[in-house]
Amino acid sequence: MDLYQELILEHSKRPRHAGLREPFEAEVHHVNPTCGDEVTLRVHLEGSGPEAVVRDISYDALGCSISTASTSVLAEEVIGHTVAEALRTLAAMRAMLTSRGEDPGDEDTIGDGVALAGVARYPARVKCALLGWMAFTDALNRTGIDLTSTDLSPETRGETA
Amino acid sequence: MTAAPFSAGESARIRAEFPILSRTVRGGKPLVYLDSGATSHRVSRALDAERAFAEEANAAVHRGAHQLSEEATDRFEGARARVASFVGAQADEVVFTKNATESLNLAAYAFSNSVAGQPKDPRLDLREGDEVLVTEMEHHANLVPWQELARRTGATLRWIPVTDQGRLDLDGLDGLLTERTKVLAFTHVSNVLGTVNPVRELADAARAVGALTVLDACQGAPHLPLDVQDLGVDLAAFSGHKMFGPTGVGVLWGRRELLEQMPPFITGGSMIETVRMEGSTYAAPPQRFEAGSPNSMQAVGLGAAIDYLDELGMDRIAAHDHVLTEALLAGLAERPWVRVVGPTDTVDRVGAVSFVADEVHAHDVGQVLDDAGIAVRVGHHCAWPLHRRFRATATARASFAAYNTLDEVEALLTALDRVPAVFGVAS
Repeated sequence: MDLYQELILEHSKRPRHAGLREPFEAEVHHVNPTCGDEVTLRVHLEGSGPEAVVRDISYDALGCSISTASTSVLAEEVIGHTVAEALRTLAAMRAMLTSRGEDPGDEDTIGDGVALAGVARYPARVKCALLGWMAFTDALNRTGIDLTSTDLSPETRGETA
Repeated sequence: MTAAPFSAGESARIRAEFPILSRTVRGGKPLVYLDSGATSHRVSRALDAERAFAEEANAAVHRGAHQLSEEATDRFEGARARVASFVGAQADEVVFTKNATESLNLAAYAFSNSVAGQPKDPRLDLREGDEVLVTEMEHHANLVPWQELARRTGATLRWIPVTDQGRLDLDGLDGLLTERTKVLAFTHVSNVLGTVNPVRELADAARAVGALTVLDACQGAPHLPLDVQDLGVDLAAFSGHKMFGPTGVGVLWGRRELLEQMPPFITGGSMIETVRMEGSTYAAPPQRFEAGSPNSMQAVGLGAAIDYLDELGMDRIAAHDHVLTEALLAGLAERPWVRVVGPTDTVDRVGAVSFVADEVHAHDVGQVLDDAGIAVRVGHHCAWPLHRRFRATATARASFAAYNTLDEVEALLTALDRVPAVFGVAS
């Protein structure tokens, strides 16, 4: 099955940066109510505004291979980058996942996230792939970071659990 | 079991009554539909009856002095009588609702509306110190309304636990079902485990302490003969779309004497006796519980679906289901990397079989099956507490209807065997 790329299975079996760590400025708990998948996710930032650097994303996730792999990709692609870059990566992931298969994803922007391109053809699984990313945007908002100068639209702000 | 399962020829004729079963999915694969526990397919004659109602007799029921209204009312009330005879009841004991969830909420609101000062019967007077008893295997539809009832009234919610084998643990029943219990709400058949509960035994025990009983009959109605008199409960809810009928129609059956005492739930037109600016009095059941324009067309469709179930014979449907369940359980037992959540024998059990595969999430199992054209349900199936009880985040569930075949059970098992390879886990 082309949905389950080797990279996805790799990430889901050995999720990068998994586990909950200190320090952190915000912690959130998100649930996918249709399947019961859960993720607890912490964010540690350094600096302020869009140029703040995401020093750590730590998480404890219970979910399918798609949601676990996607959260692993999130940590891999976002840790060490600025918040502005993280939001661009999020926008690119979301665009690919909601494209119904039209957008293959750009490896330069989302790295191993391109392996999740096949998810877009299965609308029921898009929520799985976005679980960790939504938790991340929610956590980001809860750090109190000022993002007024970015295009962080309500759509990308994530939903609270 | 004396009735025979359906022969290959009969199965072919049954399947021909459900046109959707001949379509293909996922690039030309034949559809193997094993998700009837969530929603069953519509039998053609149910759709025909709905269409005929709309094209030949459409009018507001129970009003209007014209011929169409008379004919519409006849078909609608004919459907009510049909539903009643299917469950061994009288027509005026059958309330049409939107779905079983509404039926169960109607029942729960009878208690809190009584407390709020509607005409009350002591059996419906629920207060602090009183108890509502449910089970750990309930669908959210027969759990959350009772949680809310307890919250509104100050009553305490208690529940009968489930054993590791997926049966109700009745050892402690005497301590749970007491003179404080005002209502026992439980499912006939677990939508996850497939377990058939001892309804009569529980209903008798409840009556002995003066508690009313509310049965969620959704999963039993399409699988087993259902006679509300034999079952001995006071109220029972089921749903049209799980028994070859349309969505948008559910049923609440209630003992006439109890329905008479129950205050209305949704109010408005069609459910009144007299209306003055100062207040209103209400119609007798079942109209008291059918405010507004009813789902007449869907009710007529359900009546036709029930005709079909009776034509097949509920005892033969049960026998067929038994054969499929036995084959699936035997097949799963040969696969040590699969764990069945629910009874692993076929005693007091129907064809809803939930399982987990070692190290692979149910969503991923479902995806591999879907790739082979096999439709199963994945998730917690609206029974989250039960899944927690079995330490499962989610399960995959195959559920049968009369149109399923042994070949489809084989197809499921064959497709399931791809799971360990796809995810690189031991089989």
